[in-house]
Amino acid sequence: MAVYLLRRTAFLVVSLFLAGVVLFLLLRLLPGDPANSLLSVGATPDQIAAARHQIGTDRPLPEQFASWLGQMATLSLGTSFVSTLPVGPEIAARLVVTVPLTLLAFLLAVVIAVPVGFVAAHRAGTWYGSLLSALSQLGVAVPVFWVGMLLITVFSISLGVLPAGGFPTDDWASPGDALTSLALPTVTIALVMSASLIRYVRSAGLDVLGSDYLRTSRALGSSFTMAMWRHGLRNAIVPVVSILGIELATTFLGAVVVESVFALPGLGSMLVKGFAQHDYPVIQGILVVSTFAVLMIGFAADVVQRLIDPRLRRSLARDAG
Amino acid sequence: MSAVDAGMSAVEADGRRVPRSVTLLTGCVLAGLIVAVAAVSLLWVPYAPEDTSGGRLTPPGLPHLLGTDKLGRDLLTQLMIGARVALEAGAGSVVIGGVVGLAGGLAAGFATRWLDDTISAFLDILIAFPTVLVAMLVTAAREASLGSAIIAIGLAMSAIVARLTRVLVKRVLAQDFITASRTSGTSWPRIVAEHVLPNIWPTLSVNLALQFGLAVLAEASLSYLGLGAPPPNASWGRMLQEAQASVFIAPLGVIAPGVLLVVLVIGVNLIADGVRDVADPTRRRAR
Repeated sequence: MAVYLLRRTAFLVVSLFLAGVVLFLLLRLLPGDPANSLLSVGATPDQIAAARHQIGTDRPLPEQFASWLGQMATLSLGTSFVSTLPVGPEIAARLVVTVPLTLLAFLLAVVIAVPVGFVAAHRAGTWYGSLLSALSQLGVAVPVFWVGMLLITVFSISLGVLPAGGFPTDDWASPGDALTSLALPTVTIALVMSASLIRYVRSAGLDVLGSDYLRTSRALGSSFTMAMWRHGLRNAIVPVVSILGIELATTFLGAVVVESVFALPGLGSMLVKGFAQHDYPVIQGILVVSTFAVLMIGFAADVVQRLIDPRLRRSLARDAG
Repeated sequence: MSAVDAGMSAVEADGRRVPRSVTLLTGCVLAGLIVAVAAVSLLWVPYAPEDTSGGRLTPPGLPHLLGTDKLGRDLLTQLMIGARVALEAGAGSVVIGGVVGLAGGLAAGFATRWLDDTISAFLDILIAFPTVLVAMLVTAAREASLGSAIIAIGLAMSAIVARLTRVLVKRVLAQDFITASRTSGTSWPRIVAEHVLPNIWPTLSVNLALQFGLAVLAEASLSYLGLGAPPPNASWGRMLQEAQASVFIAPLGVIAPGVLLVVLVIGVNLIADGVRDVADPTRRRAR
């Protein structure tokens, strides 16, 4: 396990570096001069040169990359062109909305998907097993922002029980208000996300239910619940965990669209604004932070998978030996 | 026993000629409906797309069958053009994602270990960027248009297709018949054409069908954010965004584009599932 952790950490560091290279090149190779966004129309060539010097885009690419790496290593994400405020604290303030939204939606999706997916597998072939599968088919095909719009229509406009959007200006000072404003966005993401999760849980469940070891365990006298608890769950959970890692990352980044529907001041709306204003440091900062988050989630999912599946540990020992 | 066997195989042979799969049939009907609407929109639409003479938010009836939107444009016309845009977005993205992804995946599948590891690491990182982010980068470089959206969605998709292709190619290359073919002097390009592509195509095509549905949803999201096709190209995503404020005066503007999106995506997904069931007998038993 220690060898694996070392190797996986090394891989994480390499991935972070490679992601940095990709991001840097993407942002630099895009047509359009970042200096232009600092200036008004009709700037003189001297002003343009001065602006380029100020941002540092007049230096050779390798030199720019080196100083960029230095910045990233010290976690200083630069200052916004538009607001002239440092990007880092602004992102941190936005994460206060995006991270709880992601985690709440993720938890709710798991709470919905695991039992429903299992029942869909256990009762496959009966009418309500098929109904559950059909519902998850539907959920996979529904655009997430449309679900948000429909929920707003029903719960905010018709019933008037939950806010249609926005977030308290004092963030989490009154947790009740903050949670209320996150209620509809959370349900929106969780509904769509659980639909695809149900399909994975159902297929993992079908594999386990049809397995020889479960039948053997039952033949040896275990009750169904006992056999599932001892053997079924442990096997079913392995593929589900790796999917959960991907889903968590997708939710974090997919929050961009849902935050727009509900006018939430999160990372997503900051990114949309940054793009509209060609505010390169803002775009870059958000991309760096989210890439970092996605890679860390992948790392965590891989490690957890090793911990719960002894077979993976053994095959790795063979590789290393 | 033999009678039962004969009966089984007769059904199977029959099933192969005419796909009996309910899934496949339902999928074809749903997706076919949208394709038909898009085809008609090429020849005829009730009103010109920029025609705003209908008055704002007219309720359904005559002469505007489904009413008008907040700018007075005919809703039915917009929906019909939206069908075409959705199909163009799906097809365009799948072509780009399929070609780029297949090329990348083949390269990684044939590469030496070191190169393969490098390509795989890059693919993992590219997959970490969601479509919406890639699309924002592309639209920042170009401008918001259907073409930009298609390029962005196609590029984001290509990483996923490449990773799948790589695994499939590796699996085929490990087979004995490849070794046999190499020993008898077949060149690598011929092996790709005669053995690799035909063997990976069934799995790959099902995945591309699923990607088609995801691409349609991605285009709708981008249009909703204002990063998709600008007018007069109606997109279901932008129609939803525009109708959001007037949901109680004109509920159809919020319901209709969403329902059509769901119909198209479910249709395509069902076709993918159905084809997989028909093509792979081991899955038929599992259901």
